[in-house]
Amino acid sequence: MEEIKNILEISHLVKSFGNHEVLKDIDFTVKKGDVISIIGASGSGKSTMLRCINLLEIPTGGSILYHGTDITNPKMKVATYREKVGMVFQNFNLFANLTVLDNCMVGPVKVAKKDKKEAEELAIKFLKKVGMEAYIHAKPKQLSGGQKQRVAIARALAMEPEVLLFDEPTSALDPQMVGEVLNVMGTLAEEGMTMLIVTHEMAFAKDISSHVIFMADGVIEEEGSSQEIFEKPKHEKTKAFLSRFRNL
Amino acid sequence: MISDMNFLQRIIYILQNYGMSYLKGAGTTLLIAIVSTVIGCIIGFAVGIVQTIPSDKTRDSLGKRFILKFFKIILRAYVEIFRGTPMIVQAVFIYFGLSQLFGIQLGMWKAAFLVVSINTGAYMAESVRGGIFSVDSGQMEGAKAIGMTHFQAMINVIIPQAFRNIIPQIGNNFIINIKDTSVLSIISIVDLFFVHKSVAGALYTYFESATIVMCIYLTMTLVASKLLSLWEKKLDGDDNYELVDMMDIGPQLKKERERK
Repeated sequence: MEEIKNILEISHLVKSFGNHEVLKDIDFTVKKGDVISIIGASGSGKSTMLRCINLLEIPTGGSILYHGTDITNPKMKVATYREKVGMVFQNFNLFANLTVLDNCMVGPVKVAKKDKKEAEELAIKFLKKVGMEAYIHAKPKQLSGGQKQRVAIARALAMEPEVLLFDEPTSALDPQMVGEVLNVMGTLAEEGMTMLIVTHEMAFAKDISSHVIFMADGVIEEEGSSQEIFEKPKHEKTKAFLSRFRNL
Repeated sequence: MISDMNFLQRIIYILQNYGMSYLKGAGTTLLIAIVSTVIGCIIGFAVGIVQTIPSDKTRDSLGKRFILKFFKIILRAYVEIFRGTPMIVQAVFIYFGLSQLFGIQLGMWKAAFLVVSINTGAYMAESVRGGIFSVDSGQMEGAKAIGMTHFQAMINVIIPQAFRNIIPQIGNNFIINIKDTSVLSIISIVDLFFVHKSVAGALYTYFESATIVMCIYLTMTLVASKLLSLWEKKLDGDDNYELVDMMDIGPQLKKERERK
């Protein structure tokens, strides 16, 4: 049997803001096809860790190996790496000056240097996947939160990334819009997309994840399969955190 | 004789005899204001963009950081000097200074365009910088997340939004330029104000001539501000959008491309 390759290997990751250490010695690996949920209380460092993986925050220490190459090395071309590691933000961050279609085309055209026709087909393919193809002429300000987030997912997919990072993708949404975004993410997971998801949607995390990481105070307190974490948590902190979500 | 006429008759008399001179003067004023505002904006954008290039201690080489810092200091000095001194003094300084110090005979026209352009550039640089900072930081993160470099993000995402935000400032500068070119009469540019001085001096009709000139300046600035607000509306685009039926997306998009 062929060994499944590690896409990302994070080891001894440290991030400080001034003298405040937000991440302390984080270790984990991401294999192809993994769907990893990162849960934990607000301020536990979940988002910071995700942002470090995309180098939107520069780690203070440790290393992040992408197919064996340390991307925290200052000589690495960050932009090239980010093409392969997409990110979906809590606040969508759709380009306000561009239409839905152009939002999804600008990356393939300007960054991946695809020709316009190919980029357009790619964009429309992924906009169809998230069910937003009817809105290609709309500007972001004309869309609802859930629609924006679905377009943002299509924009990330249009770069054909190896890994997708989701930073609390539903936290800024009205409750009735959460479902549409989670549905899209569920489909992606089924199709084998490698995903890292920071989320407060516990039922969703339990359902979708192949692996769950529980963080507290800047360290990985516990990690394991979805079943292990949600049904038989070992650590006190994990139990205390999960007890707040009774209806699991 | 003009001394026997009343106020209105004098104005009509001046217009009949010197109307064309006023119009030519107004034309000169407009020409300098438009060209210099455009060049000034280009300068302003260039300076503003350079001033907002981030310098990364860990990733940029020492040489690159030094050069960047050096340029930023030079540009800072440029902005401070040209915002901090009156344009009338700059005009004299550049027009006479270049010829005395370096033997460069710039000619009054080039000097006029130069002075107003770099003056506008200094003001616009600050507006552009402000415009860039006013764009939500998430826009830059979104652009970086799909692999854009700082420069690509600037061109495709940040500057278009910053540009929209600073159009009122561009309009403001244009209107200021229409009025402030009047100081260029100090280097013998025959603009609207120069015509006024000549006519008023020849006929001793300061009030009447000033009335005419006031009206012309006001007309130019009002028309300019109306045109600018129309431009803003056009750039904001339609509030509506059409849903697309994906069954015939092909022809739809094709039409779109042909329209472009």
